[in-house]
Amino acid sequence: MTRVGIVVFPGSNCEHDCAEAASAAGMEPRLLWHADKSVGDVDAVVLPGGFAHGDYLRPGAIARFSPVMAAVGEFAREGGPVIGICNGFQVLTEAGLLPGALRQNQALKFICTPVTTRVESGRSALTAGIDVGTMLELPINHFSGAYTCLPDTLSELRDEDRIVLRYVENPNGSVDDIAGICNAGRNVVGLMPHPERACDPLGPSQDGLLLWAAVARFSGRVAASVGADLSPVSSN
Amino acid sequence: MSAFSVLVEVRPREGIANPEGQTIQRALAGLGYAGVSGVRVGKAIRFTVEADDEAGARAQVEDLCRRFLTNPVIEDADIRLEATV
Repeated sequence: MTRVGIVVFPGSNCEHDCAEAASAAGMEPRLLWHADKSVGDVDAVVLPGGFAHGDYLRPGAIARFSPVMAAVGEFAREGGPVIGICNGFQVLTEAGLLPGALRQNQALKFICTPVTTRVESGRSALTAGIDVGTMLELPINHFSGAYTCLPDTLSELRDEDRIVLRYVENPNGSVDDIAGICNAGRNVVGLMPHPERACDPLGPSQDGLLLWAAVARFSGRVAASVGADLSPVSSN
Repeated sequence: MSAFSVLVEVRPREGIANPEGQTIQRALAGLGYAGVSGVRVGKAIRFTVEADDEAGARAQVEDLCRRFLTNPVIEDADIRLEATV
Protein backbone atom coordinates (compact mmCIF):
# COMPACT_ATOMS: atom_id res chain seq x y z
CA MET A 1 0.00 0.00 0.00
CA THR A 2 1.27 3.47 -0.86
CA ARG A 3 2.38 5.28 2.29
CA VAL A 4 1.84 9.02 2.34
CA GLY A 5 3.54 11.19 4.95
CA ILE A 6 1.57 14.30 5.92
CA VAL A 7 3.74 16.94 7.57
CA VAL A 8 2.23 18.67 10.59
CA PHE A 9 3.70 22.10 11.34
CA PRO A 10 2.64 24.10 14.40
CA GLY A 11 -0.45 25.81 12.96
CA SER A 12 -1.28 23.26 10.24
CA ASN A 13 -5.01 22.51 10.24
CA CYS A 14 -5.77 20.31 7.24
CA GLU A 15 -3.69 17.25 8.14
CA HIS A 16 -6.63 15.09 9.25
CA ASP A 17 -8.69 15.97 6.17
CA CYS A 18 -5.65 15.01 4.06
CA ALA A 19 -5.30 11.72 5.96
CA GLU A 20 -9.00 10.92 5.35
CA ALA A 21 -8.66 11.74 1.66
CA ALA A 22 -5.49 9.68 1.32
CA SER A 23 -7.27 6.71 2.93
CA ALA A 24 -10.25 7.18 0.62
CA ALA A 25 -7.83 6.95 -2.31
CA GLY A 26 -6.40 3.69 -0.98
CA MET A 27 -3.22 5.07 0.58
CA GLU A 28 -1.91 4.65 4.10
CA PRO A 29 -1.55 8.08 5.74
CA ARG A 30 1.11 8.82 8.34
CA LEU A 31 1.41 12.09 10.21
CA LEU A 32 4.96 13.47 10.34
CA TRP A 33 6.02 16.19 12.78
CA HIS A 34 7.83 19.29 11.53
CA ALA A 35 10.74 18.68 13.92
CA ASP A 36 11.37 15.18 12.49
CA LYS A 37 14.72 14.87 10.75
CA SER A 38 13.46 12.22 8.33
CA VAL A 39 10.29 11.49 6.39
CA GLY A 40 10.68 7.77 7.07
CA ASP A 41 9.84 5.11 4.51
CA VAL A 42 6.97 6.93 2.81
CA ASP A 43 6.19 6.89 -0.92
CA ALA A 44 4.77 10.42 -1.05
CA VAL A 45 4.78 13.57 1.09
CA VAL A 46 1.95 16.07 1.53
CA LEU A 47 2.37 19.53 3.04
CA PRO A 48 -1.16 20.38 4.19
CA GLY A 49 -2.95 23.69 4.52
CA GLY A 50 -3.16 25.90 7.58
CA PHE A 51 -1.02 28.61 9.09
CA ALA A 52 2.38 27.02 9.70
CA HIS A 53 4.26 28.96 12.41
CA GLY A 54 1.42 31.50 12.41
CA ASP A 55 2.31 32.66 8.88
CA TYR A 56 4.65 35.10 10.65
CA LEU A 57 6.91 37.17 8.39
CA ARG A 58 5.38 35.56 5.26
CA PRO A 59 3.34 32.38 4.83
CA GLY A 60 5.85 29.52 4.66
CA ALA A 61 8.89 31.68 5.48
CA ILE A 62 9.56 30.04 8.84
CA ALA A 63 8.17 26.59 7.96
CA ARG A 64 10.80 26.17 5.26
CA PHE A 65 13.44 26.06 7.99
CA SER A 66 11.61 23.39 10.03
CA PRO A 67 13.97 20.39 10.39
CA VAL A 68 11.76 18.06 8.31
CA MET A 69 12.07 20.34 5.28
CA ALA A 70 15.67 19.27 4.62
CA ALA A 71 14.42 15.67 4.38
CA VAL A 72 11.46 16.72 2.20
CA GLY A 73 13.90 18.52 -0.13
CA GLU A 74 16.07 15.43 -0.39
CA PHE A 75 13.01 13.21 -1.01
CA ALA A 76 11.89 15.60 -3.77
CA ARG A 77 15.34 15.71 -5.39
CA GLU A 78 15.32 11.89 -5.54
CA GLY A 79 12.05 12.06 -7.50
CA GLY A 80 9.64 11.38 -4.64
CA PRO A 81 6.19 12.91 -5.07
CA VAL A 82 5.60 16.01 -2.89
CA ILE A 83 2.24 17.79 -2.90
CA GLY A 84 1.82 21.20 -1.23
CA ILE A 85 -1.77 22.30 -0.69
CA CYS A 86 -2.55 25.97 0.05
CA ASN A 87 -0.17 26.84 2.92
CA GLY A 88 1.85 23.81 1.77
CA PHE A 89 2.19 25.44 -1.68
CA GLN A 90 3.44 28.60 0.03
CA VAL A 91 6.00 26.52 1.96
CA LEU A 92 7.23 24.87 -1.26
CA THR A 93 7.79 28.22 -2.99
CA GLU A 94 9.58 29.64 0.07
CA ALA A 95 11.74 26.50 0.19
CA GLY A 96 12.69 26.97 -3.47
CA LEU A 97 11.21 23.57 -4.42
CA LEU A 98 8.78 25.44 -6.70
CA PRO A 99 9.38 28.79 -8.44
CA GLY A 100 7.43 32.00 -7.83
CA ALA A 101 5.55 33.20 -4.78
CA LEU A 102 2.02 33.60 -3.44
CA ARG A 103 1.07 37.17 -2.65
CA GLN A 104 -2.05 38.65 -1.06
CA ASN A 105 -5.30 38.25 -3.00
CA GLN A 106 -5.93 41.16 -5.35
CA ALA A 107 -9.10 42.23 -3.49
CA LEU A 108 -7.38 41.93 -0.06
CA LYS A 109 -10.11 39.56 1.05
CA PHE A 110 -9.89 36.12 2.58
CA ILE A 111 -11.67 33.94 0.03
CA CYS A 112 -13.55 30.81 1.10
CA THR A 113 -15.61 29.38 -1.74
CA PRO A 114 -15.81 26.48 -4.19
CA VAL A 115 -14.24 27.32 -7.58
CA THR A 116 -14.04 25.54 -10.89
CA THR A 117 -10.55 24.57 -12.00
CA ARG A 118 -9.39 23.00 -15.24
CA VAL A 119 -6.68 20.35 -15.46
CA GLU A 120 -4.02 21.84 -17.77
CA SER A 121 -1.49 19.01 -17.68
CA GLY A 122 -1.89 15.30 -17.03
CA ARG A 123 1.83 14.95 -16.44
CA SER A 124 2.45 15.60 -12.75
CA ALA A 125 2.36 13.82 -9.41
CA LEU A 126 -1.09 15.35 -8.82
CA THR A 127 -2.69 14.82 -12.23
CA ALA A 128 -0.99 11.72 -13.67
CA GLY A 129 -3.37 10.11 -16.11
CA ILE A 130 -6.12 12.74 -15.83
CA ASP A 131 -7.32 14.15 -19.17
CA VAL A 132 -6.40 17.75 -19.95
CA GLY A 133 -9.58 19.82 -19.87
CA THR A 134 -11.14 17.89 -16.99
CA MET A 135 -13.11 20.35 -14.85
CA LEU A 136 -12.83 20.01 -11.08
CA GLU A 137 -14.92 21.84 -8.51
CA LEU A 138 -12.66 22.41 -5.51
CA PRO A 139 -12.82 24.72 -2.46
CA ILE A 140 -10.32 27.54 -2.00
CA ASN A 141 -9.67 29.04 1.42
CA HIS A 142 -6.88 31.61 1.48
CA PHE A 143 -5.72 35.21 1.89
CA SER A 144 -2.36 34.93 0.12
CA GLY A 145 -3.22 32.88 -2.92
CA ALA A 146 -2.34 35.06 -5.89
CA TYR A 147 0.44 33.23 -7.68
CA THR A 148 3.13 35.53 -9.03
CA CYS A 149 6.50 34.99 -10.69
CA LEU A 150 9.04 36.67 -12.93
CA PRO A 151 8.14 36.80 -16.66
CA ASP A 152 10.95 34.35 -17.50
CA THR A 153 9.59 31.86 -14.98
CA LEU A 154 6.10 32.17 -16.45
CA SER A 155 7.42 31.48 -19.96
CA GLU A 156 9.26 28.45 -18.63
CA LEU A 157 6.16 27.13 -16.86
CA ARG A 158 4.12 27.53 -20.04
CA ASP A 159 6.74 26.12 -22.42
CA GLU A 160 7.41 23.09 -20.23
CA ASP A 161 3.72 22.27 -19.62
CA ARG A 162 4.16 22.87 -15.89
CA ILE A 163 0.93 24.76 -15.23
CA VAL A 164 -1.09 21.90 -13.77
CA LEU A 165 -4.37 23.59 -12.81
CA ARG A 166 -6.00 26.88 -13.85
CA TYR A 167 -8.99 28.73 -12.44
CA VAL A 168 -11.85 29.03 -14.92
CA GLU A 169 -12.73 32.37 -13.28
CA ASN A 170 -9.71 33.94 -11.60
CA PRO A 171 -10.72 34.56 -7.97
CA ASN A 172 -7.57 36.16 -6.55
CA GLY A 173 -5.43 37.86 -9.20
CA SER A 174 -3.09 34.92 -9.90
CA VAL A 175 -0.96 35.47 -13.00
CA ASP A 176 -2.27 33.51 -15.98
CA ASP A 177 -5.15 32.15 -13.81
CA ILE A 178 -2.68 29.73 -12.21
CA ALA A 179 -4.10 27.50 -9.46
CA GLY A 180 -1.30 24.92 -9.42
CA ILE A 181 2.16 24.26 -10.90
CA CYS A 182 4.81 21.55 -10.84
CA ASN A 183 8.61 21.48 -10.87
CA ALA A 184 10.73 20.44 -13.86
CA GLY A 185 10.82 16.85 -12.58
CA ARG A 186 6.98 16.91 -12.38
CA ASN A 187 7.10 15.18 -8.96
CA VAL A 188 6.65 18.35 -6.85
CA VAL A 189 3.26 20.04 -7.20
CA GLY A 190 1.75 23.03 -5.40
CA LEU A 191 -1.85 24.15 -5.61
CA MET A 192 -4.04 26.62 -3.74
CA PRO A 193 -7.37 24.69 -3.92
CA HIS A 194 -8.07 21.98 -1.32
CA PRO A 195 -8.72 18.60 -3.00
CA GLU A 196 -8.98 16.94 0.44
CA ARG A 197 -12.14 18.97 1.12
CA ALA A 198 -13.83 17.62 -2.00
CA CYS A 199 -13.80 13.90 -1.25
CA ASP A 200 -16.97 13.35 0.72
CA PRO A 201 -20.67 13.44 -0.25
CA LEU A 202 -21.07 16.23 2.30
CA GLY A 203 -18.48 18.42 0.52
CA PRO A 204 -19.06 20.72 -2.46
CA SER A 205 -18.04 17.88 -4.81
CA GLN A 206 -16.04 14.67 -4.78
CA ASP A 207 -13.74 15.84 -7.57
CA GLY A 208 -10.77 15.90 -5.20
CA LEU A 209 -10.78 12.10 -5.16
CA LEU A 210 -9.58 12.11 -8.78
CA LEU A 211 -6.46 14.02 -7.73
CA TRP A 212 -5.75 11.85 -4.67
CA ALA A 213 -6.14 8.76 -6.85
CA ALA A 214 -3.61 10.28 -9.26
CA VAL A 215 -1.17 10.85 -6.38
CA ALA A 216 -1.57 7.17 -5.43
CA ARG A 217 -0.97 6.13 -9.04
CA PHE A 218 2.08 8.34 -9.50
CA SER A 219 3.54 7.29 -6.13
CA GLY A 220 3.09 3.61 -6.90
CA ARG A 221 4.90 4.07 -10.19
CA VAL A 222 7.78 5.98 -8.57
CA ALA A 223 8.08 3.36 -5.81
CA ALA A 224 8.14 0.57 -8.42
CA SER A 225 10.91 2.24 -10.38
CA VAL A 226 13.32 2.97 -7.51
CA GLY A 227 16.80 2.41 -8.80
CA ALA A 228 15.53 2.46 -12.37
CA ASP A 229 15.35 5.38 -14.74
CA LEU A 230 12.63 7.80 -13.62
CA SER A 231 11.20 8.72 -16.99
CA PRO A 232 8.41 11.28 -17.06
CA VAL A 233 4.95 9.91 -16.51
CA SER A 234 2.91 9.93 -19.68
CA SER A 235 -0.53 11.48 -19.76
CA ASN A 236 -2.03 8.38 -21.42
CA MET B 1 32.77 43.65 18.90
CA SER B 2 30.43 46.57 18.38
CA ALA B 3 26.67 46.70 18.38
CA PHE B 4 24.75 48.14 15.46
CA SER B 5 21.11 49.02 15.42
CA VAL B 6 19.51 47.92 12.20
CA LEU B 7 16.35 48.95 10.38
CA VAL B 8 15.34 46.73 7.48
CA GLU B 9 12.64 48.11 5.23
CA VAL B 10 11.02 45.30 3.24
CA ARG B 11 9.38 46.64 0.10
CA PRO B 12 7.30 45.00 -2.63
CA ARG B 13 9.47 44.84 -5.73
CA GLU B 14 8.95 47.21 -8.62
CA GLY B 15 6.23 45.78 -10.88
CA ILE B 16 4.74 43.54 -8.19
CA ALA B 17 1.12 44.47 -7.49
CA ASN B 18 0.58 45.95 -4.04
CA PRO B 19 -3.19 45.94 -3.43
CA GLU B 20 -2.74 47.29 0.10
CA GLY B 21 -0.95 50.37 -1.23
CA GLN B 22 -3.55 50.85 -3.98
CA THR B 23 -6.37 50.66 -1.44
CA ILE B 24 -4.72 53.23 0.84
CA GLN B 25 -4.14 55.51 -2.15
CA ARG B 26 -7.82 55.33 -3.10
CA ALA B 27 -8.80 56.08 0.51
CA LEU B 28 -6.46 59.08 0.59
CA ALA B 29 -7.99 60.42 -2.63
CA GLY B 30 -11.42 59.96 -1.01
CA LEU B 31 -10.26 62.08 1.93
CA GLY B 32 -9.29 64.87 -0.43
CA TYR B 33 -5.55 64.13 -0.73
CA ALA B 34 -5.75 63.92 -4.49
CA GLY B 35 -2.05 64.63 -5.06
CA VAL B 36 -0.79 61.50 -3.28
CA SER B 37 0.53 58.78 -5.58
CA GLY B 38 2.82 55.77 -5.58
CA VAL B 39 1.64 54.35 -2.24
CA ARG B 40 3.37 51.04 -1.49
CA VAL B 41 3.05 49.11 1.77
CA GLY B 42 5.89 46.97 3.08
CA LYS B 43 7.17 46.28 6.56
CA ALA B 44 9.86 47.57 8.87
CA ILE B 45 11.94 45.22 11.02
CA ARG B 46 14.29 46.56 13.73
CA PHE B 47 16.96 44.63 15.57
CA THR B 48 20.49 44.87 16.95
CA VAL B 49 23.45 42.97 15.54
CA GLU B 50 26.97 42.50 16.93
CA ALA B 51 29.95 42.48 14.60
CA ASP B 52 33.61 43.50 14.45
CA ASP B 53 32.86 46.49 12.24
CA GLU B 54 30.17 48.06 10.11
CA ALA B 55 31.15 46.12 6.99
CA GLY B 56 30.81 42.85 8.90
CA ALA B 57 27.45 43.88 10.31
CA ARG B 58 26.19 44.89 6.88
CA ALA B 59 27.34 41.62 5.31
CA GLN B 60 25.49 39.66 8.01
CA VAL B 61 22.29 41.70 7.58
CA GLU B 62 22.39 41.41 3.79
CA ASP B 63 22.74 37.66 4.13
CA LEU B 64 19.82 37.24 6.55
CA CYS B 65 17.68 39.52 4.41
CA ARG B 66 18.32 37.41 1.33
CA ARG B 67 17.79 34.09 3.12
CA PHE B 68 14.92 34.94 5.40
CA LEU B 69 13.56 38.45 5.88
CA THR B 70 12.63 38.96 2.23
CA ASN B 71 11.32 36.76 -0.52
CA PRO B 72 13.47 38.00 -3.43
CA VAL B 73 10.78 36.98 -5.94
CA ILE B 74 8.45 39.70 -4.69
CA GLU B 75 10.40 41.88 -2.23
CA ASP B 76 13.46 44.12 -1.94
CA ALA B 77 15.13 45.26 1.24
CA ASP B 78 16.57 48.63 2.18
CA ILE B 79 19.04 48.32 5.05
CA ARG B 80 19.89 51.14 7.46
CA LEU B 81 22.54 50.51 10.04
CA GLU B 82 24.18 52.62 12.71
CA ALA B 83 26.58 52.00 15.57
CA THR B 84 24.89 52.20 18.97
CA VAL B 85 26.54 54.32 21.67
